[in-house]
Amino acid sequence: MSATATLHHAHSMTQPGLLTRIGLLRLCAVLLALMVMAPLLVIALSWGTVQTDIWAHLAQTQLARLLGNTLVLVLGVGSSVLVLGVALAWLTATCQFPGRKLFDVALMLPLAVPAYVMAFVMVGLLDWAGPVQSQLREWFGRGVSFSFRGTGAVIMVLSLVLYPYVYMLARNAFLAQGREPLEAARVLGHSPLRGFFLVALPMARPAIAAGVALALMETLADFGAVSVFNYDTFTTAIYKAWYGFFNVQAAAQLASLLLVIVLAGLFLERKARGDARYYQSARRKALLHRTRLNGARGWLATAFCGLIFLLAFGIPIIQLLVWVGQGAWQDLDERYAKLVLHTLGLGGGAALLTVAAAFLLAYFKRRYADAFAATLVRLASLGYALPGSVLAVGIMISFNHLDDWAAQAQTALGIPVQPVFVGGVLALLLAYVTRFLAAAFGPVETSLERIKPSIPEAAAILGARQWEIVRRIYLPMLAPGLLTAGLLVFVDVMKEMPATLLMRPFGWDTLAVRIHEMTSEGLWQRAALPGLTLVLVGLLPVAILVRRSGR
Amino acid sequence: MKDIIIRKSFPFVFGMRCCMRFKATGVKTAVMGFLAALTLGNAAQAASEVVVYSARAEQLIKPLFDQYTKETGTKITFITDAEGPLIARLEAEGARTPADMMITVDAGNLWIAAEKNLFRPIESKVLEDAVPAQFQDSKNRWFGLSLRARTIVYSTERVKPAELSTYEDLADKKWDGRLCLRTSKKVYNQSLVATLIERHGEAKTEQIVKGWVDNLATDVFANDTALIEAIAAGQCDVGIVNTYYFGRLEQEKGKLPAKLFWPNQNTTGVHVNVSGAGVTTHAKHPEEAQKLLEWLAKGQAQRIFAAINMEYPVNENTKWDPIVEAWGEFKADELNVEVAGKRQVEAVKLMDRAGYL
Repeated sequence: MSATATLHHAHSMTQPGLLTRIGLLRLCAVLLALMVMAPLLVIALSWGTVQTDIWAHLAQTQLARLLGNTLVLVLGVGSSVLVLGVALAWLTATCQFPGRKLFDVALMLPLAVPAYVMAFVMVGLLDWAGPVQSQLREWFGRGVSFSFRGTGAVIMVLSLVLYPYVYMLARNAFLAQGREPLEAARVLGHSPLRGFFLVALPMARPAIAAGVALALMETLADFGAVSVFNYDTFTTAIYKAWYGFFNVQAAAQLASLLLVIVLAGLFLERKARGDARYYQSARRKALLHRTRLNGARGWLATAFCGLIFLLAFGIPIIQLLVWVGQGAWQDLDERYAKLVLHTLGLGGGAALLTVAAAFLLAYFKRRYADAFAATLVRLASLGYALPGSVLAVGIMISFNHLDDWAAQAQTALGIPVQPVFVGGVLALLLAYVTRFLAAAFGPVETSLERIKPSIPEAAAILGARQWEIVRRIYLPMLAPGLLTAGLLVFVDVMKEMPATLLMRPFGWDTLAVRIHEMTSEGLWQRAALPGLTLVLVGLLPVAILVRRSGR
Repeated sequence: MKDIIIRKSFPFVFGMRCCMRFKATGVKTAVMGFLAALTLGNAAQAASEVVVYSARAEQLIKPLFDQYTKETGTKITFITDAEGPLIARLEAEGARTPADMMITVDAGNLWIAAEKNLFRPIESKVLEDAVPAQFQDSKNRWFGLSLRARTIVYSTERVKPAELSTYEDLADKKWDGRLCLRTSKKVYNQSLVATLIERHGEAKTEQIVKGWVDNLATDVFANDTALIEAIAAGQCDVGIVNTYYFGRLEQEKGKLPAKLFWPNQNTTGVHVNVSGAGVTTHAKHPEEAQKLLEWLAKGQAQRIFAAINMEYPVNENTKWDPIVEAWGEFKADELNVEVAGKRQVEAVKLMDRAGYL
């Protein structure tokens, strides 16, 4: 990488380009990172006065249990999404078995199901008083009943909605590898399985790590799903400090601790990966030769994919449909068109902005390739790991400072003073950028890493300017990665609840907001209508996501 | 190469010209336009308008707001969210807030909002007459609009009403393995425990709560509805819930093998909480907001406000919803609901110590 930088540098010395001359790229990146980090700073500033009282109480009564629970959850969800995501991606990307083409697409669909919807569906269906266990008790007596609200159930629910992140990124990576590396392994006398572990898996590691990191950050930030199970994690403690003790400062202090933990985790993964770089040639690969799984092995693969699809998508959808049929449909009115429109509009707008921001930061990081750039980018993507409401309040407070300045401008100009940012669409979109930058950054960076530095170097030697290199080399080669990032953000924004609730302009209700109106009142079945609509609308971007990303 | 240079320099030159023109003619117009563009989506201020932040769900308030607009012509703009974020937003916005009124559920939230000086005191004969003293702030900063009774629910198949008596009695050994509770993170339970502390002091209350925890049949529930369903299905025999959850569930599923019981009738009375509202300190339309608040506290509006969610009207002259009436009359706790807020932190800590998750 340093060679690239030197080359670029040498080049820019002889023929100073406009962008490099005034350091516009660096300036933009720093400004963007600052904007995204402002809410994190607000949260870090909470340490002004340490809330010793709350800390002592938490330490005495529950901190150990909370940390234990969180650790178990992270390990459980992390290993499940890793195994599920990679295994499913490997099967659909490199093998041939009955129904493979269908599963290619179908296994991505759970991405459209919000974790909190999955949680209330599964608990409603599978807990002691639910229909499944009631039937079982009728057949076999009381002895068969169990509580479906323990650790295992939480891990299962979160893994089922989060594995698609790993599946999608790993599948793209396997497809992009082409067959040459595997064939090389075969020529060297390795079995396909050894080839997978020796070559394919290490090559796909950045993508898989990005996927697992996303899933784990969502796990840590999750409040909606874990509270359906009343499973106490670090995040529920943050809300306890806030809602129970009325102590926003203590909540922010806990939240900043969570950030430190995430930062440490990300750092360790980077360290473990070492200095290895993973490139591939720029040419589109020849079709991967799929291993045909014959007979029982083929059907076993089908059964495995089918089971996961059924659990993660089939069953929740059927349950939602049943609830809608049982009466939730009565809420359907002309407002739903608007709800869908707002949901799509906000998702689309946020996707564009976030991908642009992610590309800027990823390119900046690659272009300069120094410790400063790496740190800046790392910090800027932390928003994803914060519990939604905490981040939302952080964003709201930082935008509020902007409103302070706007108010001064308004006074100076003699316009009536009113909030400009908080409560406006732009502020909400920027809140989404802050929240989901990490989701977009993963796919953008991994596809950027696959571009050999020699290609832009060659272009530079041939005299192309920085912008020209971006436009004619990076963007076309990155297009699939950018699209993936955009659609991911799109789906994430549609499901997002806390920031939307707090910062939406008057009248801008979305489907997630409707779900909140119902679930906050314990009306789980009535939440099925907005829930189902959200999933169905989310299928659109998810389907494009899969169709675009490969055969 | 040439064509690269041209394309690159073009926007730059264009940008320069733009800036110069702006400088020359109208910085003010530009800034105003920019600010206007940012404000896209912010409510335009109508002549007669009230802006409401509400922690009460949309379906429970919108019918009333629509009715009010029809009757008076005053436009009501509102957003809904959980109490915590709404209070944080009001606090952050300070004098600039567009909100004239905040509606929240639970006295604890009203109390903390008043503590943070987010509500202004209101002198109103109408409100004083409509809202009993125990359900309003002692400094007139907020007023209850509906009452929520948190009572005992029991299985008609496995419990005789004669076995039931008080909240405190649920800590008795006879309920071992038969009690279901909702999580202590729900403010309704925090308020209940806060009133117990007020009555019995910390030590005795902690014993009671520990007794409850020891009697639990299963992990605590995330919501009241699931708890009632568990009693109906036979997972446990008694529990503590807000009455409207029971009403809703019966409306949805038909008659349940469970009933409501009014505890503490010979002692302190049933624990009641309020959902209520106040006019914000920095309201832009304080008079209109006060009028809306007064309208909600009496007459037909007051009846609908409570009936729409099967709650009890705060105004003693208002008729109860027939479903609610069928559950019977009861003696309610006479403590001022402010206690719930004042002692909430104590209550949460106590429940943590007692192992009530």
